[in-house]
Amino acid sequence: MDISLQNVEYRYQVNTPFERLAIKDVSIDIPSGTFLAIIGHTGSGKSTVLQHLNALLKPTEGNVVIGDRMITSEKKQKNLKEIRQRVGIVFQFPEHQLFEETVEKDICFGPMNFGVTEEAAKKRARAAIGQVGLPEEILSKSPFDLSGGQMRRVAIAGVLAMEPDVIVLDEPTAGLDPRGRKEIMDMFFSLHETRGLSTVLVTHSMEDASRYADQIVIMHNGEVYEKGTPKEIFSSPEGLLKLGLDVPEVVRFQLKMEKSLNIRFSKTCLTMEELTEEIAAAMKRGAPK
Amino acid sequence: MNEPLVELKNVSFKYDAEAGYALHKVSFTIFKGEWLAIVGHNGSGKSTLAKLLNGLHFPLEGCITVGGIQLSEDTVWETRKKIGMVFQNPDNQFVGTTVRDDVAFGLENHGIERDDMVQRVTHSLEKVKMAQFLNQEPHHLSGGQKQRVAIAGVIALRPDIIILDESTSMLDPRGREEVLETVRELKQDYNMTVISITHDLEEAAKADRIVVMNKGQLYREGTPEEIFQMDEELVNLGLDIPFPVKLSKMLREKGLPLSRHYLSEEELVEELWTSHSKM
Amino acid sequence: MMDKMIFGRYVPAESVIHRMDPRSKLVLIFLFVCIVFLANNMLTYGLLTVYTFFMIALSKVPVRFIYTGLKPVLLLVIFTLFLHLFLTKEGEELFRFGWITIYEEGLRQGIFISLRFFLLILMTSILTLTTTPIEITDGLESLLDPLNKIKFPVHELALMMSISLRFIPTLMQETDKIMKAQTARGVDFTSGPIKERIKAIIPLLIPLFVSSFKRAEELAVAMEARGYRGGEGRTKYRQLSWGLKDTAMLAMLAAVTLVLILLRT
Repeated sequence: MDISLQNVEYRYQVNTPFERLAIKDVSIDIPSGTFLAIIGHTGSGKSTVLQHLNALLKPTEGNVVIGDRMITSEKKQKNLKEIRQRVGIVFQFPEHQLFEETVEKDICFGPMNFGVTEEAAKKRARAAIGQVGLPEEILSKSPFDLSGGQMRRVAIAGVLAMEPDVIVLDEPTAGLDPRGRKEIMDMFFSLHETRGLSTVLVTHSMEDASRYADQIVIMHNGEVYEKGTPKEIFSSPEGLLKLGLDVPEVVRFQLKMEKSLNIRFSKTCLTMEELTEEIAAAMKRGAPK
Repeated sequence: MNEPLVELKNVSFKYDAEAGYALHKVSFTIFKGEWLAIVGHNGSGKSTLAKLLNGLHFPLEGCITVGGIQLSEDTVWETRKKIGMVFQNPDNQFVGTTVRDDVAFGLENHGIERDDMVQRVTHSLEKVKMAQFLNQEPHHLSGGQKQRVAIAGVIALRPDIIILDESTSMLDPRGREEVLETVRELKQDYNMTVISITHDLEEAAKADRIVVMNKGQLYREGTPEEIFQMDEELVNLGLDIPFPVKLSKMLREKGLPLSRHYLSEEELVEELWTSHSKM
Repeated sequence: MMDKMIFGRYVPAESVIHRMDPRSKLVLIFLFVCIVFLANNMLTYGLLTVYTFFMIALSKVPVRFIYTGLKPVLLLVIFTLFLHLFLTKEGEELFRFGWITIYEEGLRQGIFISLRFFLLILMTSILTLTTTPIEITDGLESLLDPLNKIKFPVHELALMMSISLRFIPTLMQETDKIMKAQTARGVDFTSGPIKERIKAIIPLLIPLFVSSFKRAEELAVAMEARGYRGGEGRTKYRQLSWGLKDTAMLAMLAAVTLVLILLRT
């Protein structure tokens, strides 16, 4: 399912003394099957963009096209459930949304809200719990008896069980340890690959953005500052650095090396393999005479 | 730097009698003026360790001494004066309704005279660069700013030791940098001892010493150089290896003559530069 | 939604009322509540009304602000008026329309009682509009101090109040977050039959409770780590200072009271 934001503007609390412009003139295309990363500082408007992707927010200007539905400021929207089912959002710290007595019930909650029968929902729950790397025994436990990392996975399973076409992730690995982070991100990436999902990742991590995304959007002060492929974005990292954003370690190292040795690598490296390759080659060539 | 400040001897702890050991026979020493990083994956016992150091729990077996005083229910208020803690969640440690009330909270608890209190509040907020937010309410602050206020609350009490209990794990990269930078400056100015409990290996690489925890036990302790020699072993413990170390290893495998693992990018670039110009 | 509520909201401004000691404001309100009942004729009610509007003028809070905030309460005042108008059957008959008969006494009581109600609301809103909740807490703590002698936990009560005040915005943000997360999972909070909507509250309330308990627990640990061990031996950072204006304001109220007593019948 394609999603497209066209010149979207959003203001919080319109017509009150507290009115605040959150994003303006934001245009982003997310064709089916894309892995898009949205990066930017806290307060850059990332979260506001994210909430437009399944019509949690209605733009105050511009259009949001989600599949064959068009969300605009004027129309009172009816029947948004279909959109919500097809676009699943994993919010930051999703474990805060758990509430049922058992893990199974909690995972079934989403699908059953969208009209899936209990039996089918339970089947989905079993599948989803496996996908997030937890054993089936956990289904009968109370979500509140689990460790923080397990709760996170259960909450993610609850969104996966909705079987969305598009999955939106808001900092899904915040607060996890390095192993947990890698496992969760690898899981989302393999889902993306095998199911042909569209994935939108809102993140601070340039490493994740460069490793997984095909498209990157950089948000700044409520506007789209730059968009492109990781290669495009990171081969001219000056913009990023000016905004005080990080660049991936590999890119940063390449920059440092080029500067200090006064050489140019043949391309912008995005992986450590590429980087070692390039360094080895440069070393073999030796110092410019 | 060799004066012992905190000593743990065979410390064991369980949260309840039936459960397994959250900590098992942990012994190590923390020296005055050092930055010690305690690393381990979630559930390795590192946060339990922090709670024990601050006397929020007491060891089941073994003992902890802080500045020569053995920690017990009778001495806990004495030792708490020496140790300040900054916790993980910025919201759940902000007690005051405004920034300055929050900094004053600890001072009020310790019965500091009001005139002295006013001075200390202003001074410590200046130290963490939050002086212009004196009357701000917490929900208008970013996570990093709230953590800096928490740090101001700690230093206003002039402790010898500051414990960062995963204080940066809920922050964005900018907030994390703000907080660490603040602590680095304070450590220098006051010669404070910093104990940082973290799973951020980049941060640990900048520490003087690292203690690696695993399954409630002390797995290894040493300088960052020594610890990062462990390589894949760290990954197996659920941790990571800092980028420069990973890169030096990969370059060595490519046949480049690097003499050791480098902990900072600068060192590695320097080394590459030297060998590059020799070729 | 909550942003439109003005009642009970602090409006910063530079005025005598704002600068008054919260204790004198609290005492003033308390006394006002008592003396309102002294009024029993046109003159006395007139005096109270003048006094109240004088206080509003002193507070420099825009009248528009007070008006929008009081709109919902105004309905209640009008309801009180009608209640007396229709139900009191004393004095001369003034007016008859179908089954409704209005008597002189009914009109009198209706006007007086609703006016009394209205003035009370106005005065208390002046308090909340010009005093931050934390100042009110401080004022209460100080005024209730004598109760410590009978082992009433004044300090604990004040601390509880100030912590609740501090966490209200945090919990509002949290509520919003959880609502959005559950909406994304197919919950409909805003439309549908009442029964469904009540059911929709559960996925909101339980996470909110769970997180509040967790917050409370962590907060308790943090407070202990920062040396909190009850009210004893604690010094206070916030200071209240009783000034000339506070005495003057109370003196003015005393004068009003005196005149009230002289004028009432």
